[in-house]
Amino acid sequence: MRTSTGARAGQYVALLAYLVFLGFPFLWLISTAFKSPRELGTLHPTWIPRHPTFANFRQAFDEQPLPHAVLNSLLAALGAALIAVVIATPMAWVMARRRTLLARAATGWVVVSQAFPFVLVIIPLFLVLKNLRLIDSLAGLVLVYVVRSLPFALWMLAGYVRAVPAELEEAAAVDGAGKLRTLVSVTAPLLAPGIVATALFAFVTAWNEFFFALVLLKTPEKQTLPVVLTHFIGAEGVADLGPLAAAAFLATLPSLVVFALIQRRITGGMLTGAVKS
Amino acid sequence: MRPKWILVLVVGLLLAGCTGGGGYGSAGGRITLRFQSLAWQEESVTANKELVKEWNATHPHVKVDYVQGSWDSVHDQLLTSFEGGEAPDIIHDASDDLADFAYGGYLADLRDLLPARLKSGIAQRSWETATFGDGIYGVPFLQEPRVIVANATWLKKAAVRIPTAEHPWSWPEFRDITRRLSGDGKYGVAWPLKEPVSATLNLSLSAGGELFHRGADGKVAVRFDAADQVVPRTIHDQADVDHSASPTTLGSGGSDTLPGFFGGKYAMVPLGFSYRQQIVQQAPKGFDWQVLPAPAGVDGLAQGVSPQTLSIAADSPHKKEAAAFIDFLLRPENMVRLALGDWMLPTGTEALKDPALHTAKDGWATGAALAPHLRPAPAQSVRGYPEWKDKVATPAFQEYYSGAIGLAELRKRLVRDGNLVLARYQR
Repeated sequence: MRTSTGARAGQYVALLAYLVFLGFPFLWLISTAFKSPRELGTLHPTWIPRHPTFANFRQAFDEQPLPHAVLNSLLAALGAALIAVVIATPMAWVMARRRTLLARAATGWVVVSQAFPFVLVIIPLFLVLKNLRLIDSLAGLVLVYVVRSLPFALWMLAGYVRAVPAELEEAAAVDGAGKLRTLVSVTAPLLAPGIVATALFAFVTAWNEFFFALVLLKTPEKQTLPVVLTHFIGAEGVADLGPLAAAAFLATLPSLVVFALIQRRITGGMLTGAVKS
Repeated sequence: MRPKWILVLVVGLLLAGCTGGGGYGSAGGRITLRFQSLAWQEESVTANKELVKEWNATHPHVKVDYVQGSWDSVHDQLLTSFEGGEAPDIIHDASDDLADFAYGGYLADLRDLLPARLKSGIAQRSWETATFGDGIYGVPFLQEPRVIVANATWLKKAAVRIPTAEHPWSWPEFRDITRRLSGDGKYGVAWPLKEPVSATLNLSLSAGGELFHRGADGKVAVRFDAADQVVPRTIHDQADVDHSASPTTLGSGGSDTLPGFFGGKYAMVPLGFSYRQQIVQQAPKGFDWQVLPAPAGVDGLAQGVSPQTLSIAADSPHKKEAAAFIDFLLRPENMVRLALGDWMLPTGTEALKDPALHTAKDGWATGAALAPHLRPAPAQSVRGYPEWKDKVATPAFQEYYSGAIGLAELRKRLVRDGNLVLARYQR
C-alpha cells in the first residue's frame, strides 16, 4: 500500500516530536551540568550555557566517590543481567515447551510475584542475606537483582521460545541431538534477540535500582550510582543542582555505551533468526 | 572469544566484590564506630569529615568511620538496618523522625551516657524535641528557623518599615505590606508551599496556634481554633483575596521560587534559614537581599523547629565510646563549624554566642536573634502525625490555599478526619 506524502510527513513530525520528548530531559541535564550556580538561578534559562564551566564536575568528583560508584553499578548490573539470562533461558524453554499444569501454574506465579511491593520483603531479605554474610557485598546485591528480575525475564523469554518452531527441535532430536545440545545449538541461536532484550531488561532494572542498594550496602566505596546521586539532595528535596546534574550526566554514559553495543546484537540476532527460520 | 573474556572479567570482579565488608566492632583492642551523617552541602560534608579525621587522629583506640546517608530515604534505610541488627553506631537524623525509632526500642536512652557539659549546654526546649516518654533519644544540635528573604532594593524603594527581631511585622502588617508591594504582574510574596503542613504549623506558634492539644489522659486531639487560623488565613487571603502572593509557587519547593525572586517577580520569599547558601551562590551580581524575621503574633516570634539530632543505636556494643564521639563533635567550637557548614543555627548556648553567627553578612545576626524563640514543632511527639499530614492535612491545606475550599471545609477535614486518624494510634 502506498503512503501519501501528507501521511508520511505526519509520521515524521510525530516521530520528531517523540524524539524531542525523549531527548529533552537528557539535553537539559547536559546543559545544567555545565552551568554556573548563577546561571542555574536565572529566570530565563538558556539551552547553551553562557559561561560553561567544569566546576560542577570537579565538585561532584571531590565530594563523592563517583568512579567507584560507576564501577559498582556496572558490576552489579552486568552480573545481574548475565546470571539472569543464564538461569532464565533453560527455565523459559521448559515453561514454553512443557504445557503441563505445573508449567502453567509456574507462569501464573511469575506474573503474581511481580505484584509484591519490595518494601514488604526487604526486612526478611536483609536477615537472610545477613545470615549468608552477604550484607555490604556486591555479590549479595547481584543475588537480589537476579531474583528480582528473574520472573519477568522468564516470562519474556518464554514468549520468545514459543515463537521458535518446535519442528526444528524435533528435527534435531531425530538427528540424535540430546535436549541440552538442542537447546544450545538449535534453540539458543534463534533466541538471540530475546536473550539480548532480556539481558537489557535485567541490566536496566539493576542499573537504576536504588532501594536495595541503599539498604544492603554500607561501605561508601561499595555504594552504587543511584545511591551516591542522592547524596547531592538535602532535606525537603533541596538539591545541589549543578553537581547533581554533572554526576547524573556521567552516570548515563556507561549505560549508553552498553545500549549502543547491545543494540547491534539485537539487530544481528534478529537477522540471524530470520534466515534460520 | 570476546563474550568469554567478558564473562571471566565480570565473575572475577564479582568475586572480588564478595570479599570484605563487615568488620565493625572491635578488633585487636581497637574499636570501630560507624557514624552515618546526612550532611550533604559541600561545606557541611567537609566540616563533618574534618571532625572525624581530628577525632581519629587523637583517639587511636576508637576509630570512627564516616558513612554518607541521604535525607531522602533515611527512615526506611534505618528501619531495615535496625531490624537486621546492622544499624550504624551513631545516627544523624531529624528529631521529628525519631519517635517511631525511640518507641520501637531501636535507639539508646542517652540520659546516662551524655556528659553534664553537653546536657547543660543545650536549652531544655531543644532537649524536648528528642525526649520521648522518660528517655532522651537524640542530641539536638542544629536547628533551622523559617525567615523571610527579601529583595532589599524593592523594599527600600517602596519605603516599607523594615522589621527586626525586636520590632517584627505583625501578621496583619505583613499582609498589608505584601499588598502594597504587588501589582503589574509582580507579587509581594511567593510562598513555596510544596510541604504546606509543617510550614503552617510551625509558623502558627507565633499566633498561639498549636492545633494538637494533649488532654489530661495524654491523648492528643486536633482543634482548629482562632489562633490556629491566623497563619492559614493570612496566606489564603494573600493568594486568593489580595492577589499579593504568587499562585504558581504554592505547589513549589523553596529552590523553585528563587529564579523568580532573583528575576524581580516577587519581593519576598519565606524560606528555611539554610537556603541562604543557595542565594549566595545563585543570586545575580549586585542583587541586594536581606533576611527578615517571620511575622509575629500574640506569642511573639515563636515558631516550631525539628532540630537535626545525633543518636546512638540501642544495639551498638560501644555506646560509651559513641557518646564520647558525640560529645567531641558537639563541643561549642565544633558545633559552630557544623552550623556554618550547614548554614543553620546551633542549639548549644555557648556555640550560639560565637561572633561568626552574629555578623550582619548573609543574615546570620537576624537568624541568631530568632534562636531564643524557637520551640519544638507542634507535631513533634504526636503519634500518627505522618499519616495525618499525608492523608488529611496536606491535601486540605493545598486546596484551601488554592481557593478550592473555604475555611469551614478546612476545619472539618483537619479536625474530624484528622481525629479519626489520630484515634487509631491512641487506642
